[in-house]
Amino acid sequence: MSVLGPILALVILIVIGAALNGNFLSAGNINNVLSRSAFIGIIAVGMTFVITAGGLDLSVGSMAAFIAGMMILVMNAALPTLGVGIPIILLGMLVALIAGIAAGMLNGFLITTLGIEAFIVTLGTMGIYRSLVTWLANGGTLSLDFDLRTFYRPVYFDGILGVSWPIIVFAVVVILGEILMSRARFGRHCAATGSNEHVAHYSSVNVGRTRMLTYIMLGLLVGVATIMYVPRLGSASASTGVLWELEAIAAVIIGGTVLKGGFGRVWGTVIGVLILSLIDNILNLTDLVSPYLNGAIQGVIIVLAVILQREAKAKG
Amino acid sequence: MTAAPILALRGVHKSFGPVEVLSGIDVTLLSGEVLALIGENGAGKSTTMKILAGYQPATAGRIMLDGKEVRFDSLHDGEAAGIVLIHQEFNLAEQLTVEQNIFLGRELRRGLLLDKWRMRDLTQQYLGRLKCRIDPDTPVSRLSNSDKQMVEIAKALSRDARVLIMDEPTAVLTGSEVEVLFEQVRALRAAGTAILFTSHKLGEVAAIADRVTIMRDGAVVRSDMVAAMTEDDMATAMVGRDVSALYPPKPGVAHDARIALQVQGLTVPGHAQDINFTLHQGEILGIAGLIGSGRTEAMEGLCGLRPATISALQIEGQPLAIRNTADALNNGLCYMTEDRKLRGLLLDKGMRVNLTLQALARFGRILIDRRAEDAALAQAVKDFDIRAGSADVLVGNLSGGNQQKLLLAKIMQSEPRILIVDEPTRGIDIGTKQQIYTFLRALAASGKAIIVVSSEMQEIIGLSDRVLVMRQGRIAGTLDGDAITEDAIVRCAMGVGADPDERAA
Ligand SMILES: Nc1ncnc2c1ncn2[C@@H]1O[C@H](COP(=O)(O)OP(=O)(O)OP(=O)(O)O)[C@@H](O)[C@H]1O
Ligand SMILES: [Mg+2]
Repeated sequence: MSVLGPILALVILIVIGAALNGNFLSAGNINNVLSRSAFIGIIAVGMTFVITAGGLDLSVGSMAAFIAGMMILVMNAALPTLGVGIPIILLGMLVALIAGIAAGMLNGFLITTLGIEAFIVTLGTMGIYRSLVTWLANGGTLSLDFDLRTFYRPVYFDGILGVSWPIIVFAVVVILGEILMSRARFGRHCAATGSNEHVAHYSSVNVGRTRMLTYIMLGLLVGVATIMYVPRLGSASASTGVLWELEAIAAVIIGGTVLKGGFGRVWGTVIGVLILSLIDNILNLTDLVSPYLNGAIQGVIIVLAVILQREAKAKG
Repeated sequence: MTAAPILALRGVHKSFGPVEVLSGIDVTLLSGEVLALIGENGAGKSTTMKILAGYQPATAGRIMLDGKEVRFDSLHDGEAAGIVLIHQEFNLAEQLTVEQNIFLGRELRRGLLLDKWRMRDLTQQYLGRLKCRIDPDTPVSRLSNSDKQMVEIAKALSRDARVLIMDEPTAVLTGSEVEVLFEQVRALRAAGTAILFTSHKLGEVAAIADRVTIMRDGAVVRSDMVAAMTEDDMATAMVGRDVSALYPPKPGVAHDARIALQVQGLTVPGHAQDINFTLHQGEILGIAGLIGSGRTEAMEGLCGLRPATISALQIEGQPLAIRNTADALNNGLCYMTEDRKLRGLLLDKGMRVNLTLQALARFGRILIDRRAEDAALAQAVKDFDIRAGSADVLVGNLSGGNQQKLLLAKIMQSEPRILIVDEPTRGIDIGTKQQIYTFLRALAASGKAIIVVSSEMQEIIGLSDRVLVMRQGRIAGTLDGDAITEDAIVRCAMGVGADPDERAA
């Protein structure tokens, strides 16, 4: 049941979507849904590791906004010297990755080295990044230079063989993540740490380093997601990435990862992400239910997912 | 005897999924009698007890209470019928205080408010009966294992049970604590309570039980008066073969044996000071001492599991420093914890994951080779005779003794050259004990060096080539060869012979 549940839910959603709207299964719509899922999806893969190892990160949404702001500022500032071209894009990407890693390290340091509760730490950094990006934008919007934006756009809108770049990157992240989680030593160490950190410690697992790496990895993936996101709108503001953290966490839980740690699966998270964006998509395509009720429906799904998990465990 | 049957099982079956763990057993408890239920690990003792107390439903069969068939739908039904079960594993709320735990779910009230004063008073009385001097306001998480067990027993006493069922109550108690417990058991028996308990220490069975019921592989193989059986009879009936030769012969350590480990000035702040010893290849070194004498902490400090300082450490002649467990492991030094539940095994994972966790590097550099893992598990199940219904059972559902065997198998996966085992046979049946002792001796014979930390006097005496006795964080004495006697160990551990002045004081 715990394996079938999320898959079944996804299939049901697809059937409903196809029945309600002929356009639902068109290549255009599928590409659209997947591209939009990619940001949350890439972040949610990182979140799966953090949660599996017994942690939590509430800061990813504002971290994404802050990184987007940094990227735009640096690229705009470098424009006079570098000009429009590949080098300046690479510079922007580098900034995003480094900023992501640094932000993850900060969370990881406060949580593992100083031993502060993950919830508290990331609640704090969530506020800090959100406020920093608001400050950088002076309360308004940071916009990428118009020419640069035109040059950078293809990173979101183009792709290979009609599959857009965000989808390709998402797929690669998922495949690597799945292998790392289910087949590699690191994934095993994450699960052991989340399951019982004392046992992990006594089994020579470096608990602190394992947790630290999950936060760094998540930071890095937030950077990757931001690289894909900036060309879409070409701007960042105080409202960029709002509630992403909750969507990412919800996707992870719907996918069957245990919130208190010890067990996680990346493929489940992918299904969780797809379920959440399909609900959104179906509500937008049909006028059955107001799209304003999206949040309510997602909420019901999350609670249902956890109930299913518990039933499966009781039968276990 | 005029005793009447209070509680009985008739033809009870129990299955977990496709695995049948009880196949039609009969057990009878009489009032004013102590019944011991004994059997190998995984024979089904804990399961039987849980069914008797209403913690688990039977798959088939009848439960008779006072001669009438009853159905326990939950543990509340069992408690309402006056049946109290002390679990094999602690069942205490760690964050609550001793008093809160004892009255959990039955808090005394005065009007709307809790009658804290009376509850504390009663708690003190119950603990007093057990000669246990802990403050009722201590959070349970701060208690030692033996004190936790005493709290469990006090909790059971507080319920005025007609039937008291105790699953391995003595596994974590010291000798004198066991005596105190048995005094209470005798008092309850005299008052007409029916008592059922299990223990892998057959000496205890002989000392306290009136009758014994012996289980093997989910069936009752014999039920008899204790007076009619010797300990050897019990062991043979349990295991199905003769186990009177429990300890393998000691061949003695060769004169020219190389030094495996040399420790000088090991100090673990707050627990152990200035520990010095050498360990030879092929040697089994016992470490004895009272609970709380710092044995475990000293060994954990040595292996990098907790902060410690060492003035000089040599492994196989090489000076080195151990900062963390990985350092220890890389130098062939491995410690097996005494606490399999909290530090040893991931209870919500399967056997495979647990077995290989400490030695994952051996199963692939980056990606893990599942097939090699499965092969290792099959081998370990065979070597250590781990009895699990199926290979994918959660480790938390294994019987206590089989968890212990899995823990030992897990430690051996990292192929230690110096092995430190802490309470290696806690909760293990006598047949398996014999196997483990033989295994440790064979390991020593192959040139490995072994340290055995144990509170079980017979184990220390039967197994060790040499014994260190610790007292209050220091080494109080070293015993060799024929000098290893119970008397000598107790003297050192209590500080008698070692320091006559203290004895007078
Ligand atoms: N919830 C469960 N799911 C699956 N198997 C179980 C479960 N509980 C117990 N078992 C199996 O039932 C068998 C009997 O277990 P039980 O705990 O009763 O043994 P025991 O006689 O108490 O052993 P020990 O001396 O080691 O404590 C074991 O093989 C165990 O793996
Ligand atoms: Mg048991």
